[in-house]
Amino acid sequence: MPDAAVFVEAQDLVRHFDVSRPILQRLAVREGKRILRAVDGISFTIPKGTTLSLVGESGCGKSTVARMMVGLYGTTSGHVLFDGRDLKQARAASDQRRRLQMIFQDPYASLNPRWRVADIVAEPIRAFGLAQGRDAVLARVAELLTQVGLSPLDGQKFPHEFSGGQRQRISIARALSSNPEFLVCDEPTSALDVSVQAQILNLMKDLQRRLGLTYLFISHNLAVVRQVSDRIGVMYLGRLVELAPAETLFTIPRHPYTRALMEAIPDLEMTGRTRIPVGGEVPSPITPPPGCAFHPRCPLANDRCRRERPELLAAEATMVACHAVQEGRAG
Amino acid sequence: MPNPILEVRDLRVEFPTRRGTLVALDSVSFAIQPGEVLGVVGESGAGKSMTGAAIIGLLEPPGRIAGGQILLEGRRIDNLRYEQMRRIRGREIGAIFQDPLTTLNPLYTVGDQLAETMLTHLPIRPAEAKRRAIEWLELVGIPAAAQRVDSYPHEFSGGMRQRVVIALALCAEPKLIVADEPTTALDVSIQAQIIALLKRLAREKGTAMMLVTHDMGVIAETADRVAVMYAGRIAEIGPVRDVVKAPRHPYTAGLMASIPPLDRRVERLAQIDGAMPRLSAIPQGCAYHPRCPKVFSRCAVDRPELMDAGTTDAACWLHYKSPAHA
Repeated sequence: MPDAAVFVEAQDLVRHFDVSRPILQRLAVREGKRILRAVDGISFTIPKGTTLSLVGESGCGKSTVARMMVGLYGTTSGHVLFDGRDLKQARAASDQRRRLQMIFQDPYASLNPRWRVADIVAEPIRAFGLAQGRDAVLARVAELLTQVGLSPLDGQKFPHEFSGGQRQRISIARALSSNPEFLVCDEPTSALDVSVQAQILNLMKDLQRRLGLTYLFISHNLAVVRQVSDRIGVMYLGRLVELAPAETLFTIPRHPYTRALMEAIPDLEMTGRTRIPVGGEVPSPITPPPGCAFHPRCPLANDRCRRERPELLAAEATMVACHAVQEGRAG
Repeated sequence: MPNPILEVRDLRVEFPTRRGTLVALDSVSFAIQPGEVLGVVGESGAGKSMTGAAIIGLLEPPGRIAGGQILLEGRRIDNLRYEQMRRIRGREIGAIFQDPLTTLNPLYTVGDQLAETMLTHLPIRPAEAKRRAIEWLELVGIPAAAQRVDSYPHEFSGGMRQRVVIALALCAEPKLIVADEPTTALDVSIQAQIIALLKRLAREKGTAMMLVTHDMGVIAETADRVAVMYAGRIAEIGPVRDVVKAPRHPYTAGLMASIPPLDRRVERLAQIDGAMPRLSAIPQGCAYHPRCPKVFSRCAVDRPELMDAGTTDAACWLHYKSPAHA
């Protein structure tokens, strides 16, 4: 019986990509297949009306998770449950499919440059048959544009006539046009200037409050994530290393990687403290290190970390995948 | 006060187009002292990269310097011929760009690229250049430099490539480094390493640096002074602590307030409504006045120049003191 509070659930999601060379070349040089483990066993739940954020550096698999959550990528194994149903079944029915939508990072690439804004926003309304007749569709488009802070007259313009922030507003209007309940937002403000980023984040928060939306928010920016999230998952090399309520994560970060990430952020407060940048780089997801993937960069690594992969286990309000934390070595 | 390494006076850059001339930079003036890091911040299109490009003589045509002067150690460099400027670039001004992959030549090993730069600009022999190339790779923190010197750029990760680019910019020991978004393409944990490296090298070698970025956090950590640009002009310039903590220009204040804080959650971020005007539609008077919460009648009529605003200089009529009082 699914938990009533759980609206969206990821169960042990795995996604591998085959990045082998073509078979003839491979036979010639006697090379095996090369598998990139973009996402390697991730589980989480999102209660209705809340925001879960996934943070991590490039290549940690956060965008792959985002795409699996709306069905843009299939899963190698594991399931996505949407409102108690398997995503594959849910997507088969159009009245279910309209309930999930996605907002992409680049508002320059995700809008069709040859379509007028009104047509871009109206497409889902027509496709799902949510309004009958031209006037009703146009009225709904005008309402959506107003809702995201644009003028209904902007519907007659083309995307190139808008700035980055306004384009992201159009993307949001398009996503909202099918009356979705669950929005996956993949770095929605990363391409925007900071003053415009504030506009978009405020808008997204307002819409969540007003429409009761559930968000999966993907970002590399911890400060942004703190402003919007109820819960936060920190990803490293295809796995969750820590999953915690937002305030807990920032007040008591537990995983050494989470601590390193927070330590690395340039400090506006200029307290003059010398930061200890985390050494080394993210290893290749094709040949991840054995044991805990973070051990080559971790100050707390010991033999067990190099041998045995830590599971995500509860430590008070937090879930954390770290031997040092479980053994009480983390301090 | 010692003589500045770089001095920019009243720089004006224009782009002639079919629909008239666009003014991309106007009345830009600043100086950088030896060993000093000047941060230049602003939003996309504010003209910060354009300023860097004008200094290193790499403005995209049809853009051209239409007025003002750029002086390197007191010598004008804005009116030099291409060949003369080419000798100054690399030798006296080093450049670091955002994307390390497009800066490096994919067909040469990093060692060859470093050696070529040094052989072009310094009176040394090839064997010496090779030895120094390895030294530079060690200095910027590339492990096993003696082996890696014969690797090609694609064999390095993004962070390592940016280290190579830094070595390349510094190896002819220039007096000035122009770094345009040097850490923007990098992950935050790598970013911190690169900033620490740049800062250390600039201090050790006494190199002046102009650091162009949109990331206030990077500026706060690295720069001594900061210039905030808006619509092709400097809105405020001053010591970094004063500009960040107590901005005197309403635009700087708005910009600082809209940065999401890391140490707490706020219900609503401060936002600046609207967007920066396009070059073709810069308003009369102060370019910021249509978005400014403190706008008054004069702002829409007269364009403010930088004026003394106490701790910083700000181009804002709020700080105007009539000559009678001064």
